[in-house]
Amino acid sequence: MKQFSNRYIYIFSAVLVIVVAVLLAFVSQILKPIQEKNERIEQMRNILAAVNVEATSKNAEQLYNDYIKESYTINSDGIKIDSLKPLTVDLKKQTTAIAAINALKLKLVERKISPFKMAVSGGNIKKADTEVINAEISKLRQTLQLPVYVCFKEEKEYYVFALRGKGLWGPVWGYISLEEDFNTVYGAYFDHKSETPGLGAEINTPLFQSQFRSKKLYDENSKFVSVRVLKGGASGDSPHNVDAISGGTITSKGVEKMLEDWLDQYNEFIKNQKKEL
Amino acid sequence: MSGKEPLFSSKNIKLLTEPLNKSNPITVLVLGICSALAVTVKLEPSVVMAVSVMAVLAVSNMVISAMRSYIPPRIRIIVQLVVIATMVILVDQVLKAFAYDVSKQLSVFVGLIITNCIIMGRLEAFALGNKPWPSFLDGIGNAAGYGLILVIVAFFRELLGSGTIWGYPVLEKIGLYKTGYVNNGMMILPPMALITVGIIIWIQRGKNKDLIETN
Repeated sequence: MKQFSNRYIYIFSAVLVIVVAVLLAFVSQILKPIQEKNERIEQMRNILAAVNVEATSKNAEQLYNDYIKESYTINSDGIKIDSLKPLTVDLKKQTTAIAAINALKLKLVERKISPFKMAVSGGNIKKADTEVINAEISKLRQTLQLPVYVCFKEEKEYYVFALRGKGLWGPVWGYISLEEDFNTVYGAYFDHKSETPGLGAEINTPLFQSQFRSKKLYDENSKFVSVRVLKGGASGDSPHNVDAISGGTITSKGVEKMLEDWLDQYNEFIKNQKKEL
Repeated sequence: MSGKEPLFSSKNIKLLTEPLNKSNPITVLVLGICSALAVTVKLEPSVVMAVSVMAVLAVSNMVISAMRSYIPPRIRIIVQLVVIATMVILVDQVLKAFAYDVSKQLSVFVGLIITNCIIMGRLEAFALGNKPWPSFLDGIGNAAGYGLILVIVAFFRELLGSGTIWGYPVLEKIGLYKTGYVNNGMMILPPMALITVGIIIWIQRGKNKDLIETN
């Protein structure tokens, strides 16, 4: 067998890797616009699915333009951010921001319920601290970007909100649409990146999603309760519960948490809209 | 060698046809089982998977074979891996651009072609010692053998598990459900793919006495 010097081996590997890198970068750049268009269309299909309109990848754009008559981005205080198109919002970043808000809120609650524990573990219970945390929360809430799509279908308006959270193996996301009373769920659509087929992956089946229809987000006292995904069968008469997926507990809980986290951020907007009714 | 060998000499044809039956990568060599179990729930993703593996295997076989006298033996495995991984990423990108729905269904399994033992096996066993053209044919042949089994398994799993063929509701159209027939949900789960592959191996060995071990 031919002998190769060390220097040859180094040069060979370097050249190989550079050639491969250039090739891949080149192809990725060329295909990027088409891939992004596919993702955009997929997003439109998901939004349409949340208002119970079935679209194929071919007619999604057309149907989207027909049904969605208005779309805008708001922050968590319910104020519109005019410059931002909702389809371009980076939902992943918003999810991180929401998690940060919730972590800060948890800190506040901890302070309230166990000042002693906080003191022991080195935490301060000064009032100023609480104010700092509150200021941080309100800053995060102001910079949050939440997409709202207004759908006009069969003489009625529906409001579609975006959702994103964590499943068992990766992200889960979806859209939920509310009727004009801003309480009744009209439809929901969920999808996932890599949940277990047959178990957690069942969240993207109509069987699971159709359960959400005509559930309520608020109780009689207009208190926010979200929709709970319960194990062991939700009793049919409760307007806030749906059945979880057996064998997909962590995914089901992920969906529940995602609904609660995101809809909680939409709360102010919903409140404002209700006043206008 | 005197004169040029014709492109499709009997030796080359054999490279194409043998993996379909006598040296089939799945049923005889029992390689690449993992993806065969995972993607065969429906016919469409199976065919896309088979075509993807064919593209990856044929091209990497050819590339490695063309470079075979320049590849230092000490780093040949990693060189093979780089070539395979490049091809797989290319296939994945192309699918994402032109067959988005299918690429969503195949999800991680396109990426996992990198670890498909058929590919590395053919590069090691064939491409390193043969010319590019026969290597190319060997790649096509082996991927076709792999794809053939995938399609057979997917056909039965989709028909019995979901009652459709290529998404078309065959059983509903012939009115089988009215007689009380119910889809077998078990066929959708991975274990039934293994059992289906087992049955195929059984039939193949029953027909082909050469494959029966004597000890």
